[in-house]
Amino acid sequence: MNRHDPALAAAEPRLFAEGATIGYDNRVISSDLSVSIPDRSFTVIVGANACGKSTLLRALSRLLKPKTGRVVLDGQEISNFPAKEVARRLGLLPQTSIAPDGITVADLIARGRYPHQKLLKQWSKEDEAAVITAMEATKVTELSHRLVDELSGGQRQRVWVAMVLAQETPLLLLDEPTTFLDITHQIELLELMGDLNRRNGQTIVAVLHDLNHACRYATHIIAMRDGQVIAEGAPRDIVTAELVEKVFGLPCIIIDDPIAGTPLVIPRGSVPRAD
Amino acid sequence: MSVQDQPQGINFGRPIRAVRLFGEAVSHRVDLKTVTVCAILAVIAVVVALITISSGEYQVPLPDVVRALFGQAEGRIHMVVVEWRLPRTALALILGAALGIGGAIFQSLTRNPLGSPDIIGFDAGAYSGALVVIILLQGGYYAIAGGALVGGLITALMVYFLAYNRGVQGFRLIIVGIGVSAMLNSVNTWMLLRAKLEVAMAAAIWGAGSLNGLGLDRLGPATLVLAVLIPMALLMARPMAQLELGDDAARALGINAERSRLALLVIGVALTATVTATAGPIGFVALAAPQLARRLTGSPGVAMLPAAAMGALLLAAADYIAQRAFAPTQLPVGIVTVSLGGVYFVWLLLREARRQ
Repeated sequence: MNRHDPALAAAEPRLFAEGATIGYDNRVISSDLSVSIPDRSFTVIVGANACGKSTLLRALSRLLKPKTGRVVLDGQEISNFPAKEVARRLGLLPQTSIAPDGITVADLIARGRYPHQKLLKQWSKEDEAAVITAMEATKVTELSHRLVDELSGGQRQRVWVAMVLAQETPLLLLDEPTTFLDITHQIELLELMGDLNRRNGQTIVAVLHDLNHACRYATHIIAMRDGQVIAEGAPRDIVTAELVEKVFGLPCIIIDDPIAGTPLVIPRGSVPRAD
Repeated sequence: MSVQDQPQGINFGRPIRAVRLFGEAVSHRVDLKTVTVCAILAVIAVVVALITISSGEYQVPLPDVVRALFGQAEGRIHMVVVEWRLPRTALALILGAALGIGGAIFQSLTRNPLGSPDIIGFDAGAYSGALVVIILLQGGYYAIAGGALVGGLITALMVYFLAYNRGVQGFRLIIVGIGVSAMLNSVNTWMLLRAKLEVAMAAAIWGAGSLNGLGLDRLGPATLVLAVLIPMALLMARPMAQLELGDDAARALGINAERSRLALLVIGVALTATVTATAGPIGFVALAAPQLARRLTGSPGVAMLPAAAMGALLLAAADYIAQRAFAPTQLPVGIVTVSLGGVYFVWLLLREARRQ
């Protein structure tokens, strides 16, 4: 998508990066990167390990300030907003978070309400309702009284997702949310995100490892390699064998997903023939 | 006003009450267990303080103590209770609370029960500052207090920068702090060895941490400073709790992580330094109070208010022991806290070692 196109310039997306050079200390991960997140999309960022997906997500969520260029949220440079104001518009599930010792599930999820709270207003009816809704959506209501330390990896991840959901932000960024989940919970979580996207119109941006998950659930894919965007667009439009080869270096064929009709990546690999 | 039991079915796993006042203008989630524990600790601390005031070579019955505190006693009782004994005992309470909060701040920031200001070198640094003033400059009480403040602050900065490596990580801070503390202790010993005998004795007594002989003139300044610092600390309690989620999560939730941490560090150092400047280094209260309180409340992370209540109780009780254990000889309270704290410290080390 070209932002310099006058027809599109009028409808600037809520969140985009423009000419951003991002990295850590002296190490540049991406230089002069321009990426837009289409409003109300379920955008998935894919790419091989260390291609700069998570770094891009960190920049989009102002955890990492670009060295040059800018990240814009709602027409304003994101770093110019007060921290709490950003947190009311944009939620982020980081790759690693720490549950304080001895915290219960409901208590942790309630921490997601922080950006909506004030010194005197620390537990409004809205806070309570948001926590209940988030727990129901992630199916952790039954666990609410349990200690987070005692949960399984999958349960814990759902609790963290519930915490960002409780934040009730129109934009939701998730860094590899499915990593520690078994396949059933991965699909459940992806379904949940798709649901939030369709029903609530929440814009969702997720970094995912599984290209087939991306194809099935994303409305918009951003494929990255070496810190640069190689292709972006709807899965049907951009996911081809050439692209997968280019982005992941994986020889494959693409067939139609028999259920959803979306592209399905089949690695060629070196399969011994059965006959 | 509306008070609900378990708010609309959210089971927090502990008794929580939603309190909403003036429509929706003020709302809070009240943790009943924490409130109860704080209240009980505070009551016991005050009772211990009253007993301390009533006992001594000149016994004052408790009812007379209370009457004197409300300004309804005269003559000798008023003098003994209000002028002689109250300042010191009140100091034990407020300095103990300050140590508790200071300890809670550092333990929360380092995410480690060992991350307490006395372990990571601030006490040793304050002592160095005080020794420079006592031995080299022959300064009086306020000069010594100033020296201790400066020494503590410089040490804090030193530990912070030595531990700095793209942000400050808890465990690194503790290790660096223990190292700096050991170095400063050797410098302190060297300064004591070079000093004249009487000067060295006075310096050593300061270094033990003592409330002996502290009067109204000491209570005033300490109270004023802490009356500012403690509310500032409590205002930072919520960002502190959010920081325990990790920097990324805290920042994603609208916390300015670097700024909040710096503010907490400054307040924590200032609280500890104020105590040290007033009474000398009093070890182990900051280390033990937050963790002991946490065991009682069962609350997540490290909380300031329970730590304050526990700190006040610990120091008040230690001061009672210091005054009465070998009466008429009065021990420095720091000796008592270090002796009792040592036991706790060994237990803590063993537990941490087993955890690894």
